[in-house]
Amino acid sequence: MDEPLLQMKNLSVRFFTYQGVVRALENVDLTIRRGEIMGLVGETGCGKSVLARSILRLIADPPGKIMGGEVFFKGEDILKVSRKRLREIRGNDISMIFQEPMSSLNPVFTVGNQMLEVVILHQKVNSLQAKDICIQMLQQVKMPDPEQILSKYPHELSGGMRQRVMIAMELSCRPDLLIADEPTTALDVTVQGQVLTILDDLVRRLGVSVLFISHDLGVIAQLCDRVSVMYAGKIVERAPVWDLFAAPKHPYTHGLLQAIPSVDEERDPLMVIAGTVPGLIQPPGGCRFHPRCYRRFEPCDHVVPHFREVEKNHFVACHLYGDE
Amino acid sequence: MWTEFRKEHAWQIKEFFFTLKLLGRNPSAVAGFVIIFIMVWMALFAAFLSPYDPIHISLQERLRSPSSAHLFGTDELGRDILSRIMYGARISLRIGVLVILIAGGCGSIIGAISGYLGQRIDNLIMRVMDVILSFPPLVLAMALAAALGPSLNNAILAVAFVMIPKFARMVRGEALAVKEKQFIAAARASGAKSLWIILHHILPNCFSSVIILATLILGETILIAASLSFIGLGTQPPTPEWGAMVSVGRKFLMDQWWYATFPGLFILMTVIGFNIFGDALRDILDPRIRR
Repeated sequence: MDEPLLQMKNLSVRFFTYQGVVRALENVDLTIRRGEIMGLVGETGCGKSVLARSILRLIADPPGKIMGGEVFFKGEDILKVSRKRLREIRGNDISMIFQEPMSSLNPVFTVGNQMLEVVILHQKVNSLQAKDICIQMLQQVKMPDPEQILSKYPHELSGGMRQRVMIAMELSCRPDLLIADEPTTALDVTVQGQVLTILDDLVRRLGVSVLFISHDLGVIAQLCDRVSVMYAGKIVERAPVWDLFAAPKHPYTHGLLQAIPSVDEERDPLMVIAGTVPGLIQPPGGCRFHPRCYRRFEPCDHVVPHFREVEKNHFVACHLYGDE
Repeated sequence: MWTEFRKEHAWQIKEFFFTLKLLGRNPSAVAGFVIIFIMVWMALFAAFLSPYDPIHISLQERLRSPSSAHLFGTDELGRDILSRIMYGARISLRIGVLVILIAGGCGSIIGAISGYLGQRIDNLIMRVMDVILSFPPLVLAMALAAALGPSLNNAILAVAFVMIPKFARMVRGEALAVKEKQFIAAARASGAKSLWIILHHILPNCFSSVIILATLILGETILIAASLSFIGLGTQPPTPEWGAMVSVGRKFLMDQWWYATFPGLFILMTVIGFNIFGDALRDILDPRIRR
C-alpha cells in the first residue's frame, strides 16, 4: 500500500476539569488507508468520540486540549494548519456523521435548505445546480421521492431517513475521509441494517475511506476492513476484521467477543468482563486493563505493554505476547 | 431576470405565501393584525380622519367631558383628545416599532455572539450588559437622551440602547442551549465559520423567544419614551404623543378621567394587538406546528 490517507501519531488529548485532568487519549496511533473502512470499537467512555472529534479539531477548548501528537492527512498535519485551511479540510476533505440523527439537523430549516447550504459552501455552483446535486445524492442513499424530501422539515422524517440525509449531505462534497461516529446506534435494528448497507455501498462506490466508530461488534464485522479496539484511552489491538474475530489476542477483545449474546446457542450465562471502565482521571498503572483482566500476571500492574505486531498485520498491546 | 429569480427561489416564494395563508386562518393572528392595521391606518390618514386640528388651542373648550362634539373630550388647553390620539399614533407607533427593531436586532446579535463564542468575549459583553442593566432604565434613558439632545430620534436611540441588554441576555441564554446541539457540531465539521453558524443556526433557533420578548417590551418602550417626552427630552410639545398625554393626564385623573384614560386605552390596545399577533406568528413560524 502506498502512503496512508490519514496517519495519527502519538495523539494525546486531555480534559482539564475541576476534579482533575482527564486523560482521554494517551499516545494513540492510527492509520487509515485509501478506500478502507477502519472500525473503532470500545466501551462507552473509552475515548472513541474524542478521537474522532480531535481529527477535525472539534474538541471544545476549554476544557479539552490536544496535548501532543500529529495527525497527518495527505501529508499535512491537521493539528498545525491555519484556521482557514482547517475550514477547507472540514467538509471538503473530511466529513463527519454524528450519533444522534434527531439533533444533527437544524429543526428550523428544511432539509433542502441545509443540504444546499453545505453544497454551496464547498462547491462553486448556483442554487439550481446545487439542488440537482442534492437530489442526486438523495437518490444515491435510496431516498424515495428526493424532491419532496428537500422541502420537508427534519421532524417530518424518521430517524433512519434523517441519518440517510446526513450521509447524503456529508458525501455530497466527495470527501476523502468520512468519520462516522456511531451513526446507527440510535436506530432500531432493521433500519440500522438498511442504513449500513447504503453507507457501505456508497462509500465503496465513491472510494471514500471511513473511520467507523461503534460499540457494536456485529456492525463492525459487517462493514469494516480493519478494526482497532480501544480501551480507556488507548488502542489495545488492531487487526484485519476476520483475524480479530477468529483469533482475538488481547484479553479485552476476547472478553468483548464473549459478551455478545447469540441466539442459536444454549442459554449459557453470558460471559461478562468483570468491573467497569476505569475513570480516566487516575487510570490504572501499567496495562490499563489489568484490574479487570482474567489473565494478568506479574508485570501487568506496573509495566506499560508496547503495541507490537504479533502476527502479520495484527498488532496488540499485551504482556502475554512476549517481551523483548 | 425576474423569471430566473422566481425559478431559483420558487420554494421560498411558495413558503412565504403559505405563511400568509396560515396567518389568515389563525383567528388570533387576524385579530392582532386588525388591531395593528387600525392603528397604522389611523396614523397614516390622521389628517383626513381627525375631526379637529390636534394642536389647536381653544381655552373656552378646556377639559370638556366626552360628548358628540368631542368624542373623547378635550385636554387642559381645549385640544380635541381624539384628534391628538390619531396624530399621536404616528409618533407612538414609530417609537415602539423602531425601538423594538433596533434593540431586538442589536441585542439578539450581541447575545448570540456572546453565547456562542463564550469564554472571555462572553464575559466582557455580559459584564457590559450588567452595567447597563444595573441602572434604572428610565434614568439611563434620560441621561442618554439629554446627552444626545432633545429630539424624538434621540429619544428612540436612548430607549433602544436601554432595551438592548434585555434581548442580549435572553438570546445569550438560548444560544448557550442551542450551541450544544449536534447540528452545530455538524455545521462546524462541514467547515462553517463562526459568523455563519451564529447567523444561520443560533439566531433562527432563538427567533421565537425574541418575538415574544419584543411584543412584551413594546408597551414598556412606549411608556419610557413617554416619560422622556414628559420631561422635555423626547417629543417636543405641542406634538401629540400617547405616552405624554397619559403622563399629563394623570394630574387630572380624579376629576377629568377621560384625559389619561383614552390614550392609555390606545397604548393598551396596541400592546395587545402586537402581543397576540406576535404569539400567533411564533406558532406559525415554528416548523413543528406548521406542518
